[in-house]
Amino acid sequence: MKRGLAVYAVFAYAFLHVPLLILAVFSFNSSRFAVWERFSLQWYRAVAHDGNLIESSLNSLIIAIVATALATIIGTLAAYGLWKRGSAWLSGSMYLSLVTPEIVTGASLLALFQWVFRFAHLRLGMHTVILAHVGFSLAYVVVVVLARLRSYDRTLEEAALDLGATELGAFYRVTLPYLVPAIAAAAMLAFTVSIDDYVITSLVAGVDSQTLPMVIYAMARRGVNPALNAVSTLVVFGLGMLIMLSEKLRKT
Amino acid sequence: MKLRNIFLAPTAILMAVTMLAPLAIIMVYSLLTRGAYGGVELPWTIENFTRLWDPVYAVIFLRSFWIAAVATALCLVLGFPLAMFIARSGSRKNLYLSLVILPFWTSFLIRTYAWMFLLRDTGILNSLLQALHIIREPLSLLYNDGAVILGLVYGFLPFMVLPLYATLERLDPSLLEAAADLGARPWDTLVRVTFPLCAPGIRAGAILVFVPCLGTYLTSDLLGGSKTVLIGNLVQNQFTASRDWPFGAALSLALMAIAMVLLFAARKRGEEML
Repeated sequence: MKRGLAVYAVFAYAFLHVPLLILAVFSFNSSRFAVWERFSLQWYRAVAHDGNLIESSLNSLIIAIVATALATIIGTLAAYGLWKRGSAWLSGSMYLSLVTPEIVTGASLLALFQWVFRFAHLRLGMHTVILAHVGFSLAYVVVVVLARLRSYDRTLEEAALDLGATELGAFYRVTLPYLVPAIAAAAMLAFTVSIDDYVITSLVAGVDSQTLPMVIYAMARRGVNPALNAVSTLVVFGLGMLIMLSEKLRKT
Repeated sequence: MKLRNIFLAPTAILMAVTMLAPLAIIMVYSLLTRGAYGGVELPWTIENFTRLWDPVYAVIFLRSFWIAAVATALCLVLGFPLAMFIARSGSRKNLYLSLVILPFWTSFLIRTYAWMFLLRDTGILNSLLQALHIIREPLSLLYNDGAVILGLVYGFLPFMVLPLYATLERLDPSLLEAAADLGARPWDTLVRVTFPLCAPGIRAGAILVFVPCLGTYLTSDLLGGSKTVLIGNLVQNQFTASRDWPFGAALSLALMAIAMVLLFAARKRGEEML
């Protein structure tokens, strides 16, 4: 039984990881077909010269960084507020945002934006994408930070208050340092959901705010393309580095 | 003003703007008439909801249910032994667990694209099978329901393994020993002791997989091609190409209502996340 499980696990892990490995290996293949010819960096060179890919990557990074910063700050404050005293409608609406199918979130945001644009001279663009991203990553941040607060000893903060700290001072100098690992994990999560999102982004983005997933998606719909294998490998590698870095930071 | 209220204010505003207001708009739109140039117009109508019962759309709903159900069942069958393996692997538990979580951190879009690369007519699988002379003509592996189910299982397997692992890990081994001592064979123990005790994990995993699969858009669009139209694709289409916003709104509400009913049915007291 035990050996059977171990053999099975090998296959299961292969199923989870081999497809991406194959993709990465073939991004270095000189042929555009799925037959190995010889090692080549030509597809990476093609990526480096593709203005569309570079511009959309920059857009994605700007959006993810701004949205992550905002969602992390706002979400951490909210988690602390909810930990002090719950709020049924806030928890409820965040739960709703976690379980709403992405396509519905995106479509309903688009409907709202278009309605607002009737009265204001605005258009879809980076700002609408960032607003959408902060909205859908906020709940993730709150869940992660709130989980850490559940194991936090309330008396530490009471002690700080007894010793003359203001409420804000006690939060900033006693509670916040305790939350740092959870805040880092929450930021990491918000960043990955933001940089990877296609469904919601594609609905609320304007012509000048194409993101990397939107370009990748358009390329993938046209069929397989070796340059796309190279981009994919770069993205997976980049995200991998980021996770390792955040793990290192968390342990020190 | 109290500190708590100041801290909650930005989230309250954001939730109102990005979650509640869009939902309210969708509710209003679903009761309006499609405008001549897209958009919406008066008069009020419930026609968008009665259209949901049209057989054309009923079939799409049933198909979406079927595909999500098969993907969920496969995730359960494939995920259970894996979760069991991790729960019983002693000191290397964390390593094995992070190997399951790792795909979650890499891009879902790229993981879906990887299957396009593997499954297409001139892809790895077909090239390999042809080189080995197992097949002569390439098999059409991509752009069908099977490919969509495969993509969903691949994408959502971690969501099934994590809750299963969480319940299996807490399982008291002495209960299994007791069953064995009383003469149960391993299979009996599994079916009559382990499965019932894992019911909460199975329920949680099934919901975590089924609900996003039901509303899937990306996987069915990329791996299913134009042949596999599911609810998610239908919603997207109403808001873009078809420009039928009221009907898209009604579809969105129907999809959300189904998700809510499922979540509510599966939720037990004390299992809330927030």
